[in-house]
Amino acid sequence: MLLDRSRFFQQILRLLSHKSSHQNSFRLAIMQTLSNSSAHTAPIAQDGFLVIDNVSKAYPTPTGSYVVLDGISLTVKEGEFLCVIGHSGCGKSTLLDMVSGFRQPTGGEVRLQSKPITEPGPDRMVVFQNYSLLPWLSAYENIYLGIDSVWPDKPKAEKDAIARDHLALVGLSEAADKRPGQLSGGMKQRVCIARALALRPQVLILDEPFGALDPITREELQEELLKIWTEHQVTVLMITHDIDEALLLADRLVMMTNGPAAKVGEMMDIPFPRPRNRTRVMESPLYYELRNQALDFLYRRFAHDDVE
Amino acid sequence: MATNINTASRSGAFAPNPAAKILQALKNFIPTAVAVAVLLAVWQLLCSGEGATLPGPLQVLEETWDPLIINPFFQGDGTDQGLFWQLVASLKRVAVGYMLAAVVGIALGILVGVSTLMFRALDPIFQVLRTVPPLAWLPISLAAMRDSNPAAIFVIFITAIWPIIINTGVGVQNIPQDYNNVAKVLQLSKLKYFTKVLLPATVPYIFTGLKIAIGLSWLAIVAAEMLTGGVGIGFFIWDAYNSGSISEVILAILYVGLVGLLLDKLISVVAKMVVPEG
Repeated sequence: MLLDRSRFFQQILRLLSHKSSHQNSFRLAIMQTLSNSSAHTAPIAQDGFLVIDNVSKAYPTPTGSYVVLDGISLTVKEGEFLCVIGHSGCGKSTLLDMVSGFRQPTGGEVRLQSKPITEPGPDRMVVFQNYSLLPWLSAYENIYLGIDSVWPDKPKAEKDAIARDHLALVGLSEAADKRPGQLSGGMKQRVCIARALALRPQVLILDEPFGALDPITREELQEELLKIWTEHQVTVLMITHDIDEALLLADRLVMMTNGPAAKVGEMMDIPFPRPRNRTRVMESPLYYELRNQALDFLYRRFAHDDVE
Repeated sequence: MATNINTASRSGAFAPNPAAKILQALKNFIPTAVAVAVLLAVWQLLCSGEGATLPGPLQVLEETWDPLIINPFFQGDGTDQGLFWQLVASLKRVAVGYMLAAVVGIALGILVGVSTLMFRALDPIFQVLRTVPPLAWLPISLAAMRDSNPAAIFVIFITAIWPIIINTGVGVQNIPQDYNNVAKVLQLSKLKYFTKVLLPATVPYIFTGLKIAIGLSWLAIVAAEMLTGGVGIGFFIWDAYNSGSISEVILAILYVGLVGLLLDKLISVVAKMVVPEG
């Protein structure tokens, strides 16, 4: 139902963008989607693919409990690309840690295909910001280690083929035998993505994966991720600080309020047609509407209070 | 010194000929040679006065040249052995004690590194025992073993084990959280975690411990042998002192120093081969 509506809306957008005289009705239409999108927080009825159900996280301190996240509810559809944005310290990573299983919520629960998440596992692969490749293993061995651990009974030739295929997928066949120390930041992150995808995860979790990269490499990797996602149709949860990155990649953008006791402040649909391409996305007038709305949220309504 | 030569020979488009290499090595050796010469000269000066209690370098050389220096492989009765055999006897004891300490120390270190419970239980004990001077163990060791040779080996063991345990434990505790997270996501088996994550991450720390331990072992064996007797460089020194030949003591000290340096280098070489490069 939701999907239909956004498809329908994309059609309208395409029609409208051909006629500049309809500028006003175009703006009106945008405003409608925006207001609609923030209204549909948690669809009820049947359980979604990945459900973050009224999740709270608090840490006990000597002066009482410190609430990091307060009643977060999100439903992620299968194959959806979801970005989470918010100021540092708002608990984005904590939220994703509860999806990956590194932490347990103090209230509510996270369910993947109706099964509560209790521990980390290869069905929810994580791409860490600092790469987290084992420095004593080559790029190939880093990928192979995961494959071998998840499917110990597969024949060696098959495991080898999976590792090689995924190195090729991220364009690193040549660097198979190099250690992480010999790879650039961008290459390391590619290996990390290949390691994650090789295990056919149901959800791919990326915690600011491109934060440490230079702008050119970052753009390259964003486009590569977009391509891989289009081919694999894996469900992606990604933390980012970069609004443009989110607008290029995501189907939906979750904007979180400032911590402590952070909530989902606003949910934004990003209806650009796929396959996306950076230039086309950025040329769309809607791009600036969405961008301004996100900026407005982050820097005016929930501006980071530095003098805490 | 050695690294300079290596980089020079690798970075150049053409390999420098052997003569140039030797010349470079000689050049690097000059400061060391000068320092040694100055040291020997000062020593000679200090010990050439009327009432000098210690021999100067020339006198040491003169008194130990025949048979100690020129015949290190001499084999006589009992403790009457050439210096080579004295050193070998000490090295054998160190080898046994040190190997035992390495095996037990690494195992205990991993145990306290992995388990918080074990760390709480055992670490205070380690911290107390590691401060006990090596020779303080000797009476207990002699009483328990009732024989001087195993007693000396036990002293080496108990001296060498603490830095190995402590460094291994610290290494395991300092495995970057990132690597542990990867292991959790991949759901690595215990064995895979041990061989692919824990051990490679800890090996540099283990070798720090092993390097400290080899120095301590060599320190302790000389002291222990002075008390236990038998063939060995420690007792040789004590025996030479008792028979009034200070020149022999000085020569033996020089050999002890050189062997200690070689042992240290040996561990470094092994470490270089084993420690994974970042």
